Amino acid sequence: MALSCLLVMLIGVLSGCGDSVWNNPYPTSDSSSNILYSSFSERPKHLDPAVAYSSNEYALIAQVYEPVLQYHYLLRPYRLVPLSAEQHPEVIYRDSEGRAMEKESDEGLVAFTDYVIAIAPGIRYQPHPAFAKDEQGNFLYHALVPDALDGIHSIGDFPQTGSRELVAEDYIYQIKRLVDPDVHSPIAEFMKAYIVGLSGLSNRLEAARIPGKATDLNAFGLEGVKALDRYRYRIRIRGKYPQFRYWLAMPFFSPMPWEAVRFYRQKALQQRNITLDWFPVGTGPYMVVENNPNRRMVLQKNPNFHGEYYPSQGEISDRENGLLDDAGSRIPFIDRVVYSLEKENIPFWNKFMQGYYDASGISSDSFDQAVRFTIEGDVGLTADLRDKGISLKTSVLTSVFYMGFNMLDPVLGGGTENARKLRQAISIAVDYEEYISIFMNGRGIVAQGILPPGIYGRREGEQGINPFVYDWIEGAVRRKGLQEAKILMSEAGYPGGVERSTGKALILYFDTVATGPDDRARLNWFRKQFLKLGIHLVIRGTDYNRFQRKMRDGNNQVFLWGWNADYPDPENFFFLLYGPNGKVSAGGENAANYSNPEFDRLFERMRNMESTQERFSIIQQMQEIIRRDSPWLFGFHPKSFNLYHGWYRNMKPNLMANNQLKYLRIDVDRRARMRRLWNRARIWPLASILIILFAFFCPAWLLYRRQQRAGAL
Amino acid sequence: MTAYIIRRILYAFPLLAGVNILTFLLFFVVNTPDDMARMQLGQKHVTEQAIQKWKEQRGYQMPLWWNGQSEGTGHLTETIFYTKSAGLFLFRFGRSDSGRDIGSDIMQRMWPSLAIAVPSLVCGLLANITLAVLMVFFRSTYVEFWGVIVCVAMMSVSALFYIILGQYLVGKFLLLVPISGYDTGLNAVKFLVLPVLIGVVSGLGAGARWYRSLLLEEVEKDYVRTARAKGLSETRVLFSHVLRNALIPILTGIVAVLPILFMGSLITESFFSIPGLGSYTIDAINRQDFAIVRSMVFLGSALYILGLVMTDIAYTLVDPRIRLL
Amino acid sequence: MVFFWTDTLIFLVLGSLLLAFLRFGRKEQWLRPWRKLTSDKPAMISLVILVVFLLIGLLDSIRFYPAHATASAGSVIVQGEPISLFDVWATTIRTHDEKTYSAPFASHLYTRELLPDGVGSGFWGYARLVHGGAHLEEPDSRVHDILQTVVQGTAKGLLVAGLLVLSAAIFRSRKKSTSMSKEICQLSGDDFEKPWRSVLVTGTLILCMGWTLVDLSVHYHVLGTDKVGQDVLYQSLKSIRTGLVIGCLTTLVTLPFALVLGIVSGYYRGWVDDLIQYIYTTLNSIPGVLLIAASILVVQVYMSNHAEAFDTIAVRADTRLLFLCLVLGMTSWTGLCRLLRAETLKLREMEYVQAARALGVGDPGILARHILPNLFHIVLISVTLDFSGLVLAEAVLSYINIGVDPTTFSWGNMINSARLEMAREPVVWWPLFAAFLFMFILVLSANLFADGVRDALDPRYQRGER
Repeated sequence: MALSCLLVMLIGVLSGCGDSVWNNPYPTSDSSSNILYSSFSERPKHLDPAVAYSSNEYALIAQVYEPVLQYHYLLRPYRLVPLSAEQHPEVIYRDSEGRAMEKESDEGLVAFTDYVIAIAPGIRYQPHPAFAKDEQGNFLYHALVPDALDGIHSIGDFPQTGSRELVAEDYIYQIKRLVDPDVHSPIAEFMKAYIVGLSGLSNRLEAARIPGKATDLNAFGLEGVKALDRYRYRIRIRGKYPQFRYWLAMPFFSPMPWEAVRFYRQKALQQRNITLDWFPVGTGPYMVVENNPNRRMVLQKNPNFHGEYYPSQGEISDRENGLLDDAGSRIPFIDRVVYSLEKENIPFWNKFMQGYYDASGISSDSFDQAVRFTIEGDVGLTADLRDKGISLKTSVLTSVFYMGFNMLDPVLGGGTENARKLRQAISIAVDYEEYISIFMNGRGIVAQGILPPGIYGRREGEQGINPFVYDWIEGAVRRKGLQEAKILMSEAGYPGGVERSTGKALILYFDTVATGPDDRARLNWFRKQFLKLGIHLVIRGTDYNRFQRKMRDGNNQVFLWGWNADYPDPENFFFLLYGPNGKVSAGGENAANYSNPEFDRLFERMRNMESTQERFSIIQQMQEIIRRDSPWLFGFHPKSFNLYHGWYRNMKPNLMANNQLKYLRIDVDRRARMRRLWNRARIWPLASILIILFAFFCPAWLLYRRQQRAGAL
Repeated sequence: MTAYIIRRILYAFPLLAGVNILTFLLFFVVNTPDDMARMQLGQKHVTEQAIQKWKEQRGYQMPLWWNGQSEGTGHLTETIFYTKSAGLFLFRFGRSDSGRDIGSDIMQRMWPSLAIAVPSLVCGLLANITLAVLMVFFRSTYVEFWGVIVCVAMMSVSALFYIILGQYLVGKFLLLVPISGYDTGLNAVKFLVLPVLIGVVSGLGAGARWYRSLLLEEVEKDYVRTARAKGLSETRVLFSHVLRNALIPILTGIVAVLPILFMGSLITESFFSIPGLGSYTIDAINRQDFAIVRSMVFLGSALYILGLVMTDIAYTLVDPRIRLL
Repeated sequence: MVFFWTDTLIFLVLGSLLLAFLRFGRKEQWLRPWRKLTSDKPAMISLVILVVFLLIGLLDSIRFYPAHATASAGSVIVQGEPISLFDVWATTIRTHDEKTYSAPFASHLYTRELLPDGVGSGFWGYARLVHGGAHLEEPDSRVHDILQTVVQGTAKGLLVAGLLVLSAAIFRSRKKSTSMSKEICQLSGDDFEKPWRSVLVTGTLILCMGWTLVDLSVHYHVLGTDKVGQDVLYQSLKSIRTGLVIGCLTTLVTLPFALVLGIVSGYYRGWVDDLIQYIYTTLNSIPGVLLIAASILVVQVYMSNHAEAFDTIAVRADTRLLFLCLVLGMTSWTGLCRLLRAETLKLREMEYVQAARALGVGDPGILARHILPNLFHIVLISVTLDFSGLVLAEAVLSYINIGVDPTTFSWGNMINSARLEMAREPVVWWPLFAAFLFMFILVLSANLFADGVRDALDPRYQRGER
């Protein structure tokens, strides 16, 4: 009965809303607004462009901060175009004396490279309290006392805002911040090796540092980075490093106004969690107006945005797909973006199907519902989703997920022929085609080497297969049979998985960060794969910290790892196997601790070359070496499948650009219509529950009444 | 009375100190500050230097328990243990390992937790007592028989099933409420209905059974027999005598759990992505943010002790027979 | 043969229970509640079910390393993963793996894939299962086959049950030298003083169902298969051991602490009492989940720092399970301790205790002879009452990843993965259903049995008066 009371209350409350759809998680008043709805599963740790380095952080700050360059939205292969720069940076090579050189001259003589960057004048920052000034021109909020902050919980609560023009100094200020001891930029060490004077600046800052007190970076000069005038600056890097252009497109090199840094440095604000890490200040198309990591983050159109136009160039297919319909229009189109916290997969997917999120990936659990393969093996959507007007976009990611072998391990590693054969045997036995089909629903392609598709130097077809694991039979790639792996095992000294010399079974240790429900199945699968060769795989699950430490100490044998490209250049992959980058020896990214002098030599040549035919052939040689040595079992390149509702326009997967938001457009009316159509509440089951409950108590009541009457008589 | 309360409150301090030492032992045996730094700094390009800086910034560079390099009291005060735990007693939680101010996060997240916990408690109590009264009212009929069976059956189902099925049925099949999420103000109601309902239903079995036996105990007492013999109707007896007397143990029992309500429900909050203290704690555990976990342990213990004191006081207020010395 | 910690301990618990039963079982003081318990119908039915679960759990606790026949070296014993007697018995469902999901009694996979059609490119459809219904030419005729197996299984079960009753009757008739037919009547008749009949019926039902299940699982996946094609029935049965270990061992850990501290604190009072009260209030005031989370992390660290001692998954999983029991025990002994303290406080003022003291009996003597025996009913009641709560707690803890090892079979882990499966369309409901079913049966019978024990032992709960 109490239950039924509750249900009655529930119905009452719900019908009190008066809305046609009851399960709308957003305020009803927003139904017809030009808002994009998205989600985040974990709060971004840092929104400071000097620190942020993961994709979920980029998804947000790339809309706010504008680096010098950006990737063209539609054109492939990926190419850089100016963003806040007027044109591409001017590149000047200099010899050790600092004299400018002709481009064609000998590479060995290049001692420095200058990048001269001219930014467009007239760009203004978003309105922000850090810029707010009073009549005298003093900053309003740069000396806040705690009492003045009553009622201020978010950045939008400040009554006054201001803005100013973007100048070249702002970029220089940000580069200095990369080595600020209080900032901890992840690329500080890396950039010190390239940018002239950066490590000197780092030392000076370290020396001048008073613990607990922030340093004023404006008081320090940086030798290699100079402002030439108000709108032009020059970065000087050591040697030749063509990939530096790509770095210029990353948020690390976006402008940072010193006013903002000083503003956010105030203790009183930090206590209210109002920091640069939470409320970025940029020139981009959007600005963060609400950042409640516990619930939602909101981006709003920046009223001071300098204006940009939808690209009018694209691939041929883009015109057919309607991606060029908006060519030349002023962007951004969308007024507001709401990211809601959604930790679990299931509610997210359900809300997407109900129309409350505009786009979605496909988890393996919703895959069957969403995707059907056609008879030819092409992917398509199920009728169910097609009827809803949902469309599917796929693309192979520029990532590689591999199984690494620790080359320092006496059994698996070392330079011995036996260990190599063992690794090759494992590479054949672990059937990643099956892995992709079971655990990823076929959303991935097996890696034939280190380079994913779309990266320069990748070769397709017969030439591009890994001959140690695959055969090319009748125009198709076939994994070698298990028999060959067993022969290799035997040659390696482990016939049937038993070590010939000792008669003991071979046991390998597999370190993993085991969490989540799916992992057990995965780990079982891996165990089965190794067992095919008679190898017993012992799985050691640990937490991420312990795993990292094991990797650093080289105290591991087999592990899974992945790499996501920072920029579309083969150097960004091959350096993962470069000897001097060893995880144990140098704390670098070479997690397998692979070291091969020939490979290292080729890498050093390849890395600074322009993409020529010669570079291509060097890359093939390098691939050949690592395929033979198999320090990795080149797992797979994941394929992303994304779903978009019919009202979601102008979407083209772009793996390099993170600032796609400004190109997108939403058909608000259609969305409102569909939501109403899809979300009619069903009430009859509730009513029937009530009736059943009522029916249950009725006889008892009658019985009671009869007793009472009998007693009264 | 006042002296007693003061003594109880003073007794809380050694308890909290014990809790603190225990959590410190646990957490710092697990994770060295170096590990914490690495965890927080992320994966790519982390250097030893950055770790040192991180530790320094958050006060983890000091020794754990005993500082041999300091003078006088500095031996004890300039340690991680002292600096990190002294503030807790003043409810200054400091900054989390990821850099946010814990105190203000707790203030913010407290409300959603309460918004679920309080209605769950009230509705649950109402539902449980209603059901229990019904079972007692119709005692030795099929209603009681089946009621008890249903109660035991409901007790035997894991809370996870209630949540999974509730979310599936109400959210996905009936389309009555949003599946998950939260909003402020009145908008929150539609998000709260389902978690509260599930909270009530999952507690119904154990609750109703417990209250039933409480009421039955009361029904057998002499004064009830007398009242019935006086000719009062069964309804009158039940409501004006039995229920009123049974309310005393019920209410004093509730006083004990009142403060704990702040801590929120771990599972419900994370299933429905409600930004309360429960999901805050779970996130912190998963991210190994020890500053937050420490603070939550401390807060939880403090609230628990508060509950104890409040129960004692409630008992003295309700039942004059209990003498406090 | 290999003994893991939890195996050893669980046999230890059982052994000591048996010993206690043999030692005290004949005493009048315990015979009365025992008679009362045996006259409680639901409790006895639950006991039968619990015994069946316990047997499965025990079978699953006798483990050994299977000797792999290796090709090259003749007598090499491979230290692979140990398997249990139960695994040997359940070899069919253990090894009948499919590729991925299949529904209960299905003959085809639940998901589509590209199938070869013999001509060329292949087509997109549901593949036949490797084991499920593979013996049938026409998979659509499953219903007939299933029914046939059910009937046969039931018949076999009935036969065995009948034989058992017969032998029991013979035994009794020899002992009491009465006629056998009378004994059979008595065993199955209404006039028999205890509800042995319902025990008999339950036992027969379980036998029939068990037999049917065994027969069915040769050719079908009775509860379907999971994501990697493992039989769900097998997983559910394997999970029984985890549930039992958590429920029983935790209590084992709890007992010494609670008993010693509770009695000492109640008996000696003074500063000892203050100290013990301080300890348990402190422990009690730490939110349990957080304490468990922290402790599980400690164990993980310990294991990864001493990797050489924990070289197989089984050892690691077992250690983690043991520690989970320890930690759960740590968080739950305080309640019992408080009860025992209060009871001891009361007992020490009793006349017979006072008299014993006046007669010059020392503290140890009083504690052992007068206090301890009079606390046993409290211990028994609280142990049985806690059991079901602990089984439920395991599921919740596994959900937030601080429960048992992810490689351990447990209902918590099954529910955890089932969460994702509920979002699939069409819904994969059977793993959740299986976990629900088994957990429900175990917890329900544990609850009913605990009620029975409480009614029988606690003077305050006398069912007749309710």
